[in-house]
Amino acid sequence: MNFQPAILLKASLCGYLIGAVGGLLFMRREKLANAFSFGAASLSALIGLQAALLVLGGGVGGPAPQIALLPSLIPYIQFTVRLDPLSAFFLLLVSLLALAISIYSLGYAKGFFGRKNVGVLGAFYNALLLATTLTFVADNIWIFLIAWELMALTAYCLVSFEHEKPETRQAGVLFFIMSHIDAGCLVLGFLLLFQASGDYSFFSLHGLGATMSPGKRDAAFVLFLLGFGIKSGIVPLHVWLPVAHPVAPSNVSALMSGVLIKTGIYGLTRVCFDFLGPPPLWQGVTLLTVGTVSAVLGVLYALMEHDLKRLLAYHSIENIGIILMGLGAALIFLHTGYPLLATLGLIAGMYHTLNHACFKGLLFLGAGAVLHATHTRNMEEMGGLAKRMPQTAFFFLVGAVAISALPPLNGFVSEWLTYQTLLRGFGATDSLWRLVFPLSGAMLALTGALAAACFVKAFGITFLAQPRSEQARNAHEASPSMRIGMALLTAVCVLLGLFPTAFIRLLDPLTQQLTGEQLSAQLSLNNGLVLGLLTDKAGTVSTLGLSLTGLCLLPIPFVLWLVFARKAKTRRGPTWDCGQRGLTPQMEYTATGFSKPIRMIFKALFQPRRDVQREYDFSPYFATNVRFESHIEEVFVERLYRPLRILILRVSRRVRALQAGSIHAYLLYIFLTLLLLLVFAL
Amino acid sequence: MNLDLPSIFAQTALLLLLAPLLSGLIKNWKAKLQNRRGPRVWQPYFDLLKFLRKDMVISEHASWIFSVAPYVVFVTSLSAGLMVPMVTAQAPIGLFGGALALIGLLALGRFFLALGGLDPASAFGGMGSSREMTIAAVAEPAMMLAIFPLAISAGSTNLSQIILASQGAEWKFLDPSHALAFIAMFIVLLAETGRIPVDNPATHLELTMIHEAMLLEYSGRYLAFIEWGVAIKQLVLMALLANIFFPIGLAAETTPAAFGLGLLYLAAKLLVLAGAVVLVETGNAKLRLFRVPDLLSAAFILAMLALVSTFLFR
Repeated sequence: MNFQPAILLKASLCGYLIGAVGGLLFMRREKLANAFSFGAASLSALIGLQAALLVLGGGVGGPAPQIALLPSLIPYIQFTVRLDPLSAFFLLLVSLLALAISIYSLGYAKGFFGRKNVGVLGAFYNALLLATTLTFVADNIWIFLIAWELMALTAYCLVSFEHEKPETRQAGVLFFIMSHIDAGCLVLGFLLLFQASGDYSFFSLHGLGATMSPGKRDAAFVLFLLGFGIKSGIVPLHVWLPVAHPVAPSNVSALMSGVLIKTGIYGLTRVCFDFLGPPPLWQGVTLLTVGTVSAVLGVLYALMEHDLKRLLAYHSIENIGIILMGLGAALIFLHTGYPLLATLGLIAGMYHTLNHACFKGLLFLGAGAVLHATHTRNMEEMGGLAKRMPQTAFFFLVGAVAISALPPLNGFVSEWLTYQTLLRGFGATDSLWRLVFPLSGAMLALTGALAAACFVKAFGITFLAQPRSEQARNAHEASPSMRIGMALLTAVCVLLGLFPTAFIRLLDPLTQQLTGEQLSAQLSLNNGLVLGLLTDKAGTVSTLGLSLTGLCLLPIPFVLWLVFARKAKTRRGPTWDCGQRGLTPQMEYTATGFSKPIRMIFKALFQPRRDVQREYDFSPYFATNVRFESHIEEVFVERLYRPLRILILRVSRRVRALQAGSIHAYLLYIFLTLLLLLVFAL
Repeated sequence: MNLDLPSIFAQTALLLLLAPLLSGLIKNWKAKLQNRRGPRVWQPYFDLLKFLRKDMVISEHASWIFSVAPYVVFVTSLSAGLMVPMVTAQAPIGLFGGALALIGLLALGRFFLALGGLDPASAFGGMGSSREMTIAAVAEPAMMLAIFPLAISAGSTNLSQIILASQGAEWKFLDPSHALAFIAMFIVLLAETGRIPVDNPATHLELTMIHEAMLLEYSGRYLAFIEWGVAIKQLVLMALLANIFFPIGLAAETTPAAFGLGLLYLAAKLLVLAGAVVLVETGNAKLRLFRVPDLLSAAFILAMLALVSTFLFR
């Protein structure tokens, strides 16, 4: 039984490899390369999904066996992976997303035909999936770090895929630098762990924190928080994310926002719950606070965007924050000795991880379809797309409702679990720290409401009203395979929303592994129709029940219609134009205008700069030409990163004196270094 | 799962019938207090009937969202109403969701209404949507935080449990955390139902409208559904405020007499609340839009103080 997932996993990894090689082989024949590489990716993803479901659906078993991928040729470096429940859960996530995105890509990549090399895109895409899957299942430090680096490099190549644009090149370089800072932090962190364990396998690192000195354990935590934090885009380490995600091809953006940033969440979960053992209070509080800050700032900056893909990228920061709120609360409960509540927090975090992958993947795919049809990412040039691409509009709307945490979709369920975790925290902590919980809860409410505002804007300005440009007027519906990819994720969002108790059962092995508790039985009430909190007294919700209630109530307005309004006629007419001669798209509300009140309320944070220039002939009241410019610079970029960059440049200018270009000087350096090392060694 | 079908039907009917009356009552009292005769208390029923019978004009720019929004607003308000205990302490579908789901459902209705406002390509609609979503964004954390002290002391987000917990204890209104949370919730109520000083339900002046601006392009039965849905939302929020902070008189037995008494208590509490709303509306001027966040952050701070006092007094 345990044998089967191993074979499936190997098959899936091989499939990605074949897809990558095939993409390169058929580089000259783009149609074949497209079909082969994305077809291979879809199949491998399906196989990976099967492996993950076998492990998670198999219930709680013994420790998962180690699987050797390749014979070890170099001592220490063993190519071993392990499909324990935590890895299997993230394998589920990557495979599910890869399946939908690969199907979508079959149609989407056609947009690059004749313009870019689709074979290369397919090859790197498969390589990225291979590296990500390996990162999730790696069983020792070496293979984890190799996969991590491979992931960063392939992702860099994909971000810079359209490298003829200067914006893309800059984004790629920023991504590259940040990826290497995070890899550096991870190497240091793993060195600290290795020092304590003396072994590279993850199995030997289990519960290691208890044997480490507090100083080293805390240092390791901080290093991992920095490293994984950069990857997952927590504030203030997020600056690369809203720059790099939008410039990549949309299928890659979906993969990056849906899955790649989750490698950071995987790493943090693995380190905090598996390696470091019982945590001190401050670690949990730190995660919770960082999560809260990321959630609020992420959504606030998202609201200010009118670039559709940048807006979505900022929402990833918000959702990573919400995930960390659940995980942080769980760590606090582990400290205060409430394993059941810790399990609840862990479930909330993991549920939101999967949910975010699904709806953010869906939204990026939708944005890709819009981009494909209108050739712009600027929302101010869109509009009226709901009539031109109705199915894409529907899929995007489902994603928008889900990400705004509105019932009955999946975002609501996981935020409901997060709220419940936070509310329980007040009673389960003594000392003043307990106030952190309801405050985070209130900030979660603020985040949810702002996200709803943001997606009214994103959907309303993009899809509703009149088209604001010629491209939007001539937009067309996405191709069938793109729609199938989006429909798949839409269905998953709905299912995860309506049947949470069925899904939570899959998390049982995972929570058993990390906290030693299983909650699915206690959370499922009334034959699993109601999601409840241990008892039906402590708070229940049933998204299925709510949807059915809504469906049962729906006949009321229709009966009213039949009874009273049978004779009423419906006709189409122009929108009220105040007696002018028709409305033009220029008179519509814009995305910038929509978020103006929020920009005003939070102006202390945004510090918007505006510049208005008027030209006039006779009187300033009759301007002939008005130029308006409004600009928001992120506070972290301005206050933190700019001084840092200046400092680094200044230091490196000094250091440059060492690099004289003379080979004699370099030989001297080598000699001196050797001498120094010898002195240390003695 | 055994659903109490009679109580679901009864509460649905109660929500549908009582909601217009409450709106009419507030309008009538407000007029009286301002030395006007004002519309009859029954006027909203006639308005709704009239709207239902009228022909509809749908903007040529609008998409299917425009037609879906009225139904979503109506159905979400009604479902939210079924989760609030009104006459008995047990809400008909309380098992399906408590305070969090209630807030979520109302937010879902608002989400679609705001989209419906943007759909006809009119600047008024966009303005209304933008303002509505902004105010909701500031009001929602205050509302959530005001419910937290109650939920924490009851150990549940289930509204019936919150009521039962405070019924069991002695009269708690003088408890500082209760009183502060009540004031915070009252301010949120004013904002959520579009009352002065946040929004003026009587205005049709372009630049001051919030809620009305979103409805400008709606006519006929769609307008009727939205108006009715919004009236139900107002009733739901007022009943919620009345019952979780003053949990007296809720029927405990299933006898007609107990139900009658519960209904009387509910009516009395709603009348008092409506009176308070009328007094606030008459005694204040509408705030500038950018002063509204100040008011709502005051509500937020009060709710925060309520929480801190829960911490201090326990």
